[in-house]
Amino acid sequence: MDPKRINTIGTGIPVPGNDIDTDRIIPARFMKCVTFDGLEKYAFYDVRFDDKGNEIDHPFNDSKYQGGAILIVNKNFGCGSSREHAPQALMRFGMKGIIGETFAEIFAGNCTALGIPAVRAGESEIEAMQAYIEANPGTEIDINLENKTVTYGDNSFSVDLPESARQDLVKGSWDTTAQLLANSEEIKGMSDTLPYMKDYA
Amino acid sequence: MSENLFNKVWKLHTVKTLDTGQSQLFIGLHLLHEVTSPQAFQMIEERGLKVLHPERTFATVDHIVPTQNQARPFQDELAEGMMAAIEENTKKHGVQFFGLNTDYQGIVHIIGPELGLTHPGMTIACGDSHTSTHGAFGAIAFGIGTTQIRDVLATQTMAINKPKVRRVEVNGTLKPGVFSKDIILHIIEKLGVNGGIGYAYEFAGTAIESLSMEARMSICNMSIEGGARVGYINPDQTTFDYIKGKQYAPKGEAFDKAVDYWKSIASGPDAEYDDVVVLDAADIEPMVTWGIHPGQALGVSKNIPQLSEVSEAEKGTTQKAYEHMELEPGQPIKGTKIDVAFIGSCTNGRISDLREAAKVVKGRQVSPNVKALVVPGSKQVLSQAVEEGLDKIFSDAGFEWRAAGCSMCLAMNPDKLQGRQMSASSSNRNFIGRQGSPTGRTLLMSPAMVAAAALAGEVADVRELN
Repeated sequence: MDPKRINTIGTGIPVPGNDIDTDRIIPARFMKCVTFDGLEKYAFYDVRFDDKGNEIDHPFNDSKYQGGAILIVNKNFGCGSSREHAPQALMRFGMKGIIGETFAEIFAGNCTALGIPAVRAGESEIEAMQAYIEANPGTEIDINLENKTVTYGDNSFSVDLPESARQDLVKGSWDTTAQLLANSEEIKGMSDTLPYMKDYA
Repeated sequence: MSENLFNKVWKLHTVKTLDTGQSQLFIGLHLLHEVTSPQAFQMIEERGLKVLHPERTFATVDHIVPTQNQARPFQDELAEGMMAAIEENTKKHGVQFFGLNTDYQGIVHIIGPELGLTHPGMTIACGDSHTSTHGAFGAIAFGIGTTQIRDVLATQTMAINKPKVRRVEVNGTLKPGVFSKDIILHIIEKLGVNGGIGYAYEFAGTAIESLSMEARMSICNMSIEGGARVGYINPDQTTFDYIKGKQYAPKGEAFDKAVDYWKSIASGPDAEYDDVVVLDAADIEPMVTWGIHPGQALGVSKNIPQLSEVSEAEKGTTQKAYEHMELEPGQPIKGTKIDVAFIGSCTNGRISDLREAAKVVKGRQVSPNVKALVVPGSKQVLSQAVEEGLDKIFSDAGFEWRAAGCSMCLAMNPDKLQGRQMSASSSNRNFIGRQGSPTGRTLLMSPAMVAAAALAGEVADVRELN
């Protein structure tokens, strides 16, 4: 798949509410694993299933949002634990992009590292969009990172994200290892200057 | 104008500014645990990469460790699989691993400092959001995701945006019965759970400076609960004295040189900040959370807020909190019945925490309706506590005395709440489901307050017991 994320397009799934933490997104008991495979089964598990494993009311269970790829959330989404299992579970469930009012920092960074744009917009834009998608669930949404806009139906608004994340996503350079490795000489040079690297000798 | 610690340490560790404007930051100490590292090892292996600085990388096992029956193989096959993976990965890559068969296993943020691995002026990363704990030493310590662990393993660096710095000053003297846990819960309540997004917090002021290293760690530990990925305290004589003599601490002349470096990176007296907040220690009483995020906290003498008393943005979460917690607006938090009392975690599982709780418990009995447990944060904490007879004080009072691990803080091991149980907990998160039961309830407080609640069978004011 092309790593460039100029346009991220899909239908939406609104998951309303502030402060949705990563324990909500994936409860810790499902992190007993040594790979990320299969984590999609546990996305939002405790709010999607009752204690007998029966489906309960949640947008991720709602057939009208089936196939959705753009998650629409409110404030402080992804707060709490740094677990990358959270964006991994969402990505493996099918999420390609997230639009929200604000994101916790580690969560947003983890999304970028997986090539998932997490873009911010104002409360009124998000709430209007959530209501619209609820009423018109099949609507196509386009997150455009080149001009930092989200478009759906006849509506469009501007969004924001850290400039570094935007650049990495647009250029397809969000897999950072190669960029970092390219500076091996500089890494060595700098680390030699740190007192603790020589045991303060 | 002199610089603040954060900017000095950042500058010293910046390898390069990347094309995106992010800094490529060198990481002086990389800590690993079993939950977030196996996928990262797999990623570097798939790319044919090695661990660049295995000698700067240390691992332990904490999240999944059973605190009762530790016989191998573990009864939980998934936990056994994770244990086997970290044993194999650390062996293969030449990384020091403090496993259950060593004297040094424990919660990663407890063992780093107690082994003398954590130093001022160092950058530290770990795949765990509570890595900010190490900031208590004047280190810049980040919680990172697994993909970033991959980068740190392979390059000992990571790509990161430089945050702004907010100085959070707490001045004055703490009242009796008030601990550092109360300070941080007060700060989060005042500044909000997302108030720290985009900031590193420098905790300062006379109330903070007078704290022991262990108490300082509890404050930096919960920076992330206030939204700040990094929290730190300027190093001083208390810091140097704590490090001296520890296993991995510099020795002899090297120690003196280290102190010179450590002093040099502290914030100058006229250092600049992007923001400054000043709080008064005298305003802080023993704190208890009543809701479903750590900002929903109040003094133990206070009543649960009315919906009209919270900001517009908080109303939705407040409504949800009333429902989940089954607590009424206007009701006093004191007297709230509890079912479980948990003392432990990377926030409050250190020897001083156990000592404070033991003082409260000594010669008294846990309420018959309460299941109470004490889980030392590390094997070293455990053996120190046994040496001081604290285990006996707790056992005599009716507490279960357990082996070191994360235990009921996050329920990746057999220690979990059942059903709707209400827990008085010295841990860091009261999120719905956090302690293992999807419908369980958590009240965060200091270890002394948890002890008081265990005895009373309900939320109690520790000052009235003493």
